[in-house]
Amino acid sequence: MADVAFTPNLERHVECPRRAAPGATVREVLDGVFADNPRLRGYVVDERGALRRHMTVFVDGRQISDRERLSDRVEPRSEIYVMQALSGGS
Amino acid sequence: MTRSSLLVATRKGLFVAEGAGKAAQLTRAMFLGDHVALAIADRRDGSWYAALDHGHFGVKLHRSANRGETWTEISAPEYPTKPDGFVDKDIWGHDREWVTKGIWALEPALDSDGALWCGTVPGGLFRSTDRGRTWSLVESLWNHPTRVRWNGGGGDDAALHSICVDPRDPRCVVIGVSVGGVWRTRDGGATWRPHTAGMKANYVPPELAEWPEVQDPHHLVQCPSAPHVFWCQHHMGIYRSTDDLASWHELHAPPSSFGFVVAVHPRDPDVAWFIPAHSDQKRTPITGELVVARTRDGGRHFDLLRDGLPQRMAYDLVLRHALDIAPDGEQLAFGSSTGNLWVTDDQGDHWHALSHHLPPIYAVRYA
Repeated sequence: MADVAFTPNLERHVECPRRAAPGATVREVLDGVFADNPRLRGYVVDERGALRRHMTVFVDGRQISDRERLSDRVEPRSEIYVMQALSGGS
Repeated sequence: MTRSSLLVATRKGLFVAEGAGKAAQLTRAMFLGDHVALAIADRRDGSWYAALDHGHFGVKLHRSANRGETWTEISAPEYPTKPDGFVDKDIWGHDREWVTKGIWALEPALDSDGALWCGTVPGGLFRSTDRGRTWSLVESLWNHPTRVRWNGGGGDDAALHSICVDPRDPRCVVIGVSVGGVWRTRDGGATWRPHTAGMKANYVPPELAEWPEVQDPHHLVQCPSAPHVFWCQHHMGIYRSTDDLASWHELHAPPSSFGFVVAVHPRDPDVAWFIPAHSDQKRTPITGELVVARTRDGGRHFDLLRDGLPQRMAYDLVLRHALDIAPDGEQLAFGSSTGNLWVTDDQGDHWHALSHHLPPIYAVRYA
């Protein structure tokens, strides 16, 4: 089971506590989380299933390379962080 | 004069003003910190809808059944998957993403209870029959052969910003797209025809100037009591149609016909309001004087209304959804990109500032 954490800025809009989820790719892990929390999906990925433009995902400290299919590999004890770019000052 | 609520959608929240005319006051703030693109009230059931753009987290829709006391997130329109091999590139040659990037229009569809129309960036029109619980793309318009030539006006993608539901027949709907022209369906969205005869664009080569899909209507309104009359603030100036969109004729409102907003009196198709900016190149009031242009004779003459508005060093710009008129035809409100909000209860003869301290204002709407 991978450990999945979300940017705290998301918590204001939708509950997304840290949790464990199975899967061999980022897609599989996140789909498992979204299955239990359907509203969260649209905050992280768009209708194509691609990461939203200013969102990013780290697996064990490495930024993923496949933002569209989320095919990056996940190990059983991986730590996954779903993060956002920092906004400007406007 | 009727008591009314005014919904004010801003860069950092949705604000509500209550009371009429000079007695109006800002009373509530909601979604504080969030970009609220627009908010409307559905007068059929009293529901309020707010369109949010969370940036990183995407576009969302919320509905309130109790005038903003509590809100529930509902579905936002989502595009279908682009078919493999389908070529859909923007004017710069980039692949156009079939993703909802903004909500730029939301109106009750009057043909059935709870039905709504929603206009989006990058240009798709959506319809819900269940108060926004589910949405479906109006594919007849999205798949129109000219749609791939729609483009952004200001942003990278086309924006469907105006939806006029015909009071004579709710299956008849007119839309405005920046940049994509003016289109009408008479069969509830099954088929669409362009209605831009008379409009001209000077930002394309002359041979393309009258193409429907290159027209940039900034905002479009239909007179509820005389629905054969439409007014349009176009990128090139002011246009009016008095023959149910068979043709448009250009009008001139000195010293500038450039702007984004238009409002028409609900019972007099000859009375309309605009808020001019200097020009496309200088999107500020002319010589720092903020004015509202009003015609009472169908656009032959325009009066510049100044009373209560700043007349020195004022640089407010009023975006396309940021002017509204109340059903009584007396009250109007507008908000600016610099966070100033004004109201009038005498059709603009006198204006009263409700606030000088709001975030940038995107839209105002009487509830």
